[in-house]
Amino acid sequence: MTALLELEDVHARYGPVKALHGVSLAVGEGEIVAVLGANGAGKTTTLRAISNTVRREGSIRFAGKPLRGGPETAARLGIAHVPDGRGTFAELTVWENLRLGGYTRRGNLKSEFDRVRTYFPWLEDRRDQQAGTLSGGEQQMLALARAFMQRPHLLLLDEPSLGLAPLLVTEVFRIVRELNENEGMTVLVVEQNAHIALQLASTAYVLEVGAVALSGPSGELARHESVRRSYLGY
Amino acid sequence: MRRIPAGLVVAAFAAVVIGLLPFTLDGYHEGLAARVAIYFIAILGLNILTGYTGQISIGHGAFMAIGGYTTAVMSHYHHTNLVATLPMAFATAFVCGVVVGIPALRFSGVYLALATFALAVSVPQFALKFSKFLGARNGLQTSQTVTHEWLYIVSWTSAAILFLVAWLLLRGRTGRAFRAVRDSELAAVSTGISLPIYKVLAFGVSAAFAGVAGSLFVLATFGFAQPDEFGVLLSLQILIGAAVAGLGSLWGVLAGAVFIGLLPEISSSAPLVGSSHGQDVVFGLIVVAIMLLLPNGVAGLLLRLSRLRARA
Amino acid sequence: MVALARKLDLRDRRLGGGVSLPVLAGIVAACVFLVIGCLTSSIFAQQTVAGLSQGVIYSSLALALVLIYRATEVINFAQGEMAMATTYIAYQLTLWGLSYWAAFFLTLAIAFVFGVVVQVTVIRPIQQSVIAVVIVTIGLFLLIDGLVTWKFGADLKFMAAPFGNSVYHVGTVTFARQDLGTLVVTVVSVVLLWLLFQYTKLGLAMRAAALRPAAAALVGVRVRWMLAIGWGLAAVLGAVAGLMTEPTTFLQPTMMQAVLLYAFAAAVLGGLESPVGAVVGGLAIGIFLNLVGQYVGFATSELRLPIAFAVLLGVLLLKPTGLFGRKTARRV
Repeated sequence: MTALLELEDVHARYGPVKALHGVSLAVGEGEIVAVLGANGAGKTTTLRAISNTVRREGSIRFAGKPLRGGPETAARLGIAHVPDGRGTFAELTVWENLRLGGYTRRGNLKSEFDRVRTYFPWLEDRRDQQAGTLSGGEQQMLALARAFMQRPHLLLLDEPSLGLAPLLVTEVFRIVRELNENEGMTVLVVEQNAHIALQLASTAYVLEVGAVALSGPSGELARHESVRRSYLGY
Repeated sequence: MRRIPAGLVVAAFAAVVIGLLPFTLDGYHEGLAARVAIYFIAILGLNILTGYTGQISIGHGAFMAIGGYTTAVMSHYHHTNLVATLPMAFATAFVCGVVVGIPALRFSGVYLALATFALAVSVPQFALKFSKFLGARNGLQTSQTVTHEWLYIVSWTSAAILFLVAWLLLRGRTGRAFRAVRDSELAAVSTGISLPIYKVLAFGVSAAFAGVAGSLFVLATFGFAQPDEFGVLLSLQILIGAAVAGLGSLWGVLAGAVFIGLLPEISSSAPLVGSSHGQDVVFGLIVVAIMLLLPNGVAGLLLRLSRLRARA
Repeated sequence: MVALARKLDLRDRRLGGGVSLPVLAGIVAACVFLVIGCLTSSIFAQQTVAGLSQGVIYSSLALALVLIYRATEVINFAQGEMAMATTYIAYQLTLWGLSYWAAFFLTLAIAFVFGVVVQVTVIRPIQQSVIAVVIVTIGLFLLIDGLVTWKFGADLKFMAAPFGNSVYHVGTVTFARQDLGTLVVTVVSVVLLWLLFQYTKLGLAMRAAALRPAAAALVGVRVRWMLAIGWGLAAVLGAVAGLMTEPTTFLQPTMMQAVLLYAFAAAVLGGLESPVGAVVGGLAIGIFLNLVGQYVGFATSELRLPIAFAVLLGVLLLKPTGLFGRKTARRV
């Protein structure tokens, strides 16, 4: 079975500085895959390589075909990338942010809005609020809702737990799991919080200094000696 | 034997050519060559400001006006020796540059461009306002006029002196500070460079150069300092000359000055573009083409050529 | 109750286009002053209306400048000349037999294409460098000026007056039909543009591309094309400004140069990032210059430009972000 997303020997750099040294990974249809690692390991760069916002070499295949073109192309092909910083349009309203999420979809967005309402009912009240005035947790939810408006095939999530209180982190991940189970959205999540990522994902990759150090089913990795020591703290 | 830097060779060559030129040119062309020197000085000044510290100015015509009027006033009312008025123009324009540079600290980029543009439009108007003292539309004339030859010698000598001054200024700590300001203000501040001082200094020096150019300009126009001569177009020409020269480097300045100084002459004799409008078309076209193809101007081209030579 | 309180909470929100309360108060006060003046003096009223119709032209061009600045952070010094060139195109169309209004609308379409082409060919390659763009737009200024003068000559040309020359009398005040027509046309174009930006998908995409290009790209917006379209729309606004100026200045290569300078002042006054500011700024400058010219002794017509520039410099020194601008935090 071909994976939905395949990275093979991907290198990436920021100007003269190399950030990824031959990363290979695969995300199966309907899976949730986590990419773990410390700061600077290359997790965010991996996502950026997929949406081509960083100089990259190597093979990236999406739905069996090579993924070329910039971030706009990736979006049109059904990849929703929620970047670090959430990519919220702080100056625009919540509703406008959602409309932008649905930018690549044709026609009237009514059904998308309805579905968003089922997962994020409280957004309805905040329609006209400036997105920048939402709290951190709310913005993360908005980012997810925005990505969902796109009805993506693949969701790329960059450090969703960053800056959030534990309760909110659980909430966010719960919603991601729901979206995956109910809507069939494949998810590639990059996380520093290995604990919760391993609970959510079925497969995980551990990046160190721009290369894959370990990979495998999350259950196995969670029990793995070095992972426990470096990332799970025990 | 140590390799002589290419720049020095070029400079020596240019010096020789410029030194010998007057013997081959007639009066009219000498005057033309003198104008090139004048633009040379002005462009040099602007380059220090925009090329090295990254502060955009579309108002150098105003500083030229200040220098020019200084010469005219001193000569007209006090019969000062004309050459002596040059340092005076330098000083006056320097002060004005500093005065402008201080509020300019608050602007950057486009806002600064607009503010200096406003300056370029407004300053010549002052001559009209204080018409009794400054001679209104017809201008103020110096007490003596000069020959083409005199002008040639004095302009090119001034140009050489000021080039040396610029070179010395820019190769040392000041130059590095200037460039640091341009490349990253944030980084410059964090290394302890006092931004305001260097930015204002750059404004002052740049204006001073323009002031001298302005004085010579007045002398080149029969000693008349007129408001119309120092209009916006002059500021634009200087900026364009600096762009063609290549901002941030001294070596292309001659090319920029030649471009501005001689283009009107060349294009007025060309068939299709004979009229003054044709001149504008050629001017505009070349500027656009240069910014697209040679964004670092002639200096950039020279740099690329020298790199090619080094590789070969 | 909580929901209602939240809705009324003005702390976090700014009204409308980002205007702070003191500025709004000032504007309301100014409007009251104008209305009272118009009711008491017929000359005042006339100058105000004339000022409004001139001001609305400045607004149009200022809006074009702001559109481009918001999208690409540059000032298009050639905006006025582009407007002038498109007006000459309209003139040529009428010479070829089109009626005024047919030529008007066709010119708007041509102007749009012109703006897009300029952005794509000349601006896009160099848009990272502010200095480079300033110089290129200056080069364009000279190029367009030269081309038009070369093709059409510098002598005055005339187009058919779009609104006729009749005047209306209201009490002792005389209004020119031309002025009213100018007001209507320009206001309509500004409103249409506003509707585009606020309520259409394209408008939203353009705003997103201007605010956060990276984020916009991630949702699928073709940012580069949004910028090009922005230039196209700005050129359309410029064309409207040019066509509405022509009846007063007639057709000559220098016709938009003064207007451009007033538009700079208006855009800075309103705030370079604010479309609302551009409109208000233009009207303000138009009315201000007229009233000052009427009532202040030494402010003769030659001083109009310096006064406008005094305003520009004043704004830059006192509140660089303009009336409606916000201080944005610098992203390090």
